Amino acid sequence: MIEKKELTCINCPMGCALSVELEDGVVKSVTGNTCPRGDAYARTEVVNPVRTVTSTCIVEGGDKPRVSVKTASPIPKGKIDEVMKDINAVRAEAPVKIGDVLIKNTAGTGVDVIATRNIEKIA
Amino acid sequence: MKNYDIVIVGGGPAGLAAAVAAKKAGNDSILILERDKELGGILNQCIHNGFGLHTFKEELTGPEYAWRFIQQVLDLGIEYKLNTMVMDIAPDRTVTAMNKEDGMFQIPAKAVILAMGCRERPRGALNTPGYRPAGIFSAGTAQRLVNIEGYMPGREVVILGSGDIGLIMARRMTLEGAKVKVVAEVMPYSGGLKRNIVQCLDDFGIPLKLSHTVVDIEGKEHIKAVTIAEVGPDRKPIPGTEERYTCDTLLLSVGLIPENELSQKAGVEMSRITNGPVVNESLETNIPGVFACGNVLHVHDLVDYVSEEATRAGANAAAFVADGCKEEKPAHPITLHATDGVRYTVPSTIDTDRMTDQLTVRFRVGAIYKNAYVSIYYGDERVRHTQKRIIAPGEMEQVILLKDDLKKHPDLSDITIKIENE
Amino acid sequence: MLGHIQSEFRYYSCGSMMAKMNVRGNEMMDDLCRDLDIPFRRNGSFVVCLDENEKAGIQALYDRGVKNGVPDMEILSGDEARKLEPNLTPDAVCVLYAKTAGIICPFKLNIAMAENANVNGVDFRFNTRVETLKKEDGFWKLRTNNGEYKARYVVNAAGVYADVFHNMVSKKKIHITPRKGEYNLLDRNAGGIVERTIFQQPTKYGKGVLVAPTIHGNVIVGPTATDIENKEGVNTTQEGIDELTQKATRCVPNLPMRQVITAFAGLRAHEDHHEFVLGPVEEDETFIDCAGIESPGLTSSPAIGEYIGNMMRDMMHLQNKENWIATRKDILKPSELSIEERNELIKKEPAYGQIICRCESVTEGEIIDAIRRPLGARSLDGVKRRTRAGMGRCQAGFCSPKVMEILSRELGLPLDEITKSGGESKIVFERTKGLEDK
Repeated sequence: MIEKKELTCINCPMGCALSVELEDGVVKSVTGNTCPRGDAYARTEVVNPVRTVTSTCIVEGGDKPRVSVKTASPIPKGKIDEVMKDINAVRAEAPVKIGDVLIKNTAGTGVDVIATRNIEKIA
Repeated sequence: MKNYDIVIVGGGPAGLAAAVAAKKAGNDSILILERDKELGGILNQCIHNGFGLHTFKEELTGPEYAWRFIQQVLDLGIEYKLNTMVMDIAPDRTVTAMNKEDGMFQIPAKAVILAMGCRERPRGALNTPGYRPAGIFSAGTAQRLVNIEGYMPGREVVILGSGDIGLIMARRMTLEGAKVKVVAEVMPYSGGLKRNIVQCLDDFGIPLKLSHTVVDIEGKEHIKAVTIAEVGPDRKPIPGTEERYTCDTLLLSVGLIPENELSQKAGVEMSRITNGPVVNESLETNIPGVFACGNVLHVHDLVDYVSEEATRAGANAAAFVADGCKEEKPAHPITLHATDGVRYTVPSTIDTDRMTDQLTVRFRVGAIYKNAYVSIYYGDERVRHTQKRIIAPGEMEQVILLKDDLKKHPDLSDITIKIENE
Repeated sequence: MLGHIQSEFRYYSCGSMMAKMNVRGNEMMDDLCRDLDIPFRRNGSFVVCLDENEKAGIQALYDRGVKNGVPDMEILSGDEARKLEPNLTPDAVCVLYAKTAGIICPFKLNIAMAENANVNGVDFRFNTRVETLKKEDGFWKLRTNNGEYKARYVVNAAGVYADVFHNMVSKKKIHITPRKGEYNLLDRNAGGIVERTIFQQPTKYGKGVLVAPTIHGNVIVGPTATDIENKEGVNTTQEGIDELTQKATRCVPNLPMRQVITAFAGLRAHEDHHEFVLGPVEEDETFIDCAGIESPGLTSSPAIGEYIGNMMRDMMHLQNKENWIATRKDILKPSELSIEERNELIKKEPAYGQIICRCESVTEGEIIDAIRRPLGARSLDGVKRRTRAGMGRCQAGFCSPKVMEILSRELGLPLDEITKSGGESKIVFERTKGLEDK
């Protein structure tokens, strides 16, 4: 089956409109790019788009009510909603240290959600 | 109050990097004054990733990037005061500041580094017609409420302006369950990074309307709807193109303004283009010993460049102090001119004796150029002519000048940077 | 909001209530502001004539001012005027200079009078809308959204709604049109462009707008005058904004309109006869109108109070209060203290060492004072109007989360119940994560 996908290159302000042709999920051609970076971007973005999710979690007993978090590495784009559900359900306990794992293997991605800042415990 | 050699006004990315550099350059008498309750500045609320690719060769979130520098400040034992507002900087570099513990105090500093950052343009500056209800926020204020305080301003959002903070907030509000209906941008292009347009808008199906602006705001107590219209080349709304969007939140991401009230009171000469101080190769203002770096100098799009610039300012401040605070003017200053599409340069003047072996000159253009050339002229002679696929207002450009090269032109008094089509 | 204390000579015919109240109000202003601790400055005003053929009009205004009892007026040539106001247009052929005109903060004036009334025993019910009004057994019964009230006397000072209440009780109808006035407020950097309040002479081509310094050093431009139907129509319009720019630059050509920090609109209560309606309605002396109070309403307000107060004293046979509190202290301004005094204050009250609004240098101490004093602030706008926190060039971008926090702490309310200006104007809706913190 031949499939065509349109996307915008994110490598520079040119923002080239890229067209990707896939056959049975395999990239056949990339057009519209003005440099090799566009070609490379299109090939990964079409087959396996990934994103780093950043958000906040509730933290209890801390000097702030929320702690900022991220997925330790990018996760499949299609999993963003599930990862957010995990993140929204967490209640961390102060103190939290930057890098602390707050969720192991979020949404079955094999990726952890970690704290991106310190939260001090308040007495 | 103890005296200090170097007082740094602001503990955000610029102030932190300047402090670290000044300390590493051998100065042991440094004080950072920060108005907020923690170091790190606005990075603490920028919880998204994408910071630090240049500096640390990895993608960090804002708080993580800030923490790398805060750690260094702590490890190096650099002193700082939080919740402290600088009230005045005198031309003799006396800094007056205030907090709850120390009251109002003065420090006669040998060098001052301005690192106050910038603020967002408010609705008032746009003079958008309509009511003045609750529910209108600058994107950064909303970012603080959502990311730090943990409160949602609303559920149905319209965003005016496609600056990076606006784009980032479109994704943030969406991930937190809000519906972002549209992003309107008055210019025919977005000032935000392409990556943010794709990953913050396209990923979530949020429309971006270029050449559109808000022409009416409804709701007396709380915002109920906005009207968006297309604008012509004169940026005036085109009658008949109005579209009404119901919403409970309007976020504004319509530009950043360097915060230079203190600099102006001190008598620092300002650029009308950047709204920041005019500086020389050492990032020193017209007041000897007063340096500037980061968004107070000119608004950056990458924090990595802020850190790099601040590192230079910090080292230069330390050198100024080590050198006995000499206030002499250069014998043969070179003036940098920005013309033909180049809006400004930082720095504005160069003293070849004081410059480093390589000097980064940063600038911005006023429009989008494709396949145009960045040209450098020494006097009337074109010495560099580099083609670029694209040059855009949203992305800061740079050229590097070499000391050896400039030394070969002892009579050089003017350098021009311009955009040429051929 | 504009705070112009008029030294009136302008449009009020001799012997009118407007003229009388205005002259008396102007006279009272110095003592009132001293007693209530409100900044007030007699900066003087110019009425500018831009056309040789209209010079006679300036003389006529002068003559009317003399008849109305306005002191210290003078007609200046264009050159003389430009010596005093270098940014005045070269087109000015002459001006009427009224030295007793002044500027005041209208929020402060209102709030100070309200606080003073409150400490002297007047109760206030906010967010209370009178829905019906009728006389029963010698008493007025007022039904409101917050319960019923009974009163022997009613003073109708309902602004653009005064006709509604008047017409409920009187057959002699009045009609009030909301007359919208739009204003632009310029950054303090634009301050100093004019010292005096600059009016344009009204001509057959219409009325101009004024350009004036505010008591806080900003520049204000306005108002427009558009009759509208909607009594809540305080929105600004593109037409209004364009008109302001076009008219204001006629008198002050290099006015930096790019330095606008905010725009707003207010409604004057314009009664069809362009006259204050002061006193009891024909049918019942216990229903007393203060209606149709448009410009010069602010200047006239103390005089109207005195006039109505005296009237009611006579009707109700009232005695002067024995322990009357005549004075009020405004919110302490640390910025007016020396460093030594400031440090003494911070030692006693550390909150005065914490700046909350960086544009206007407002401390936490001032905000706490604004909340805790009689009729204290309950919203962001309440704090803003009392302390100026949020009134500067960033328009509350940085300080609003902090002021919300202080309001929340002082009032014992959660953050999501703090409003911009009461009513439905909540600022945040709910916590993120859809979960309440424990």
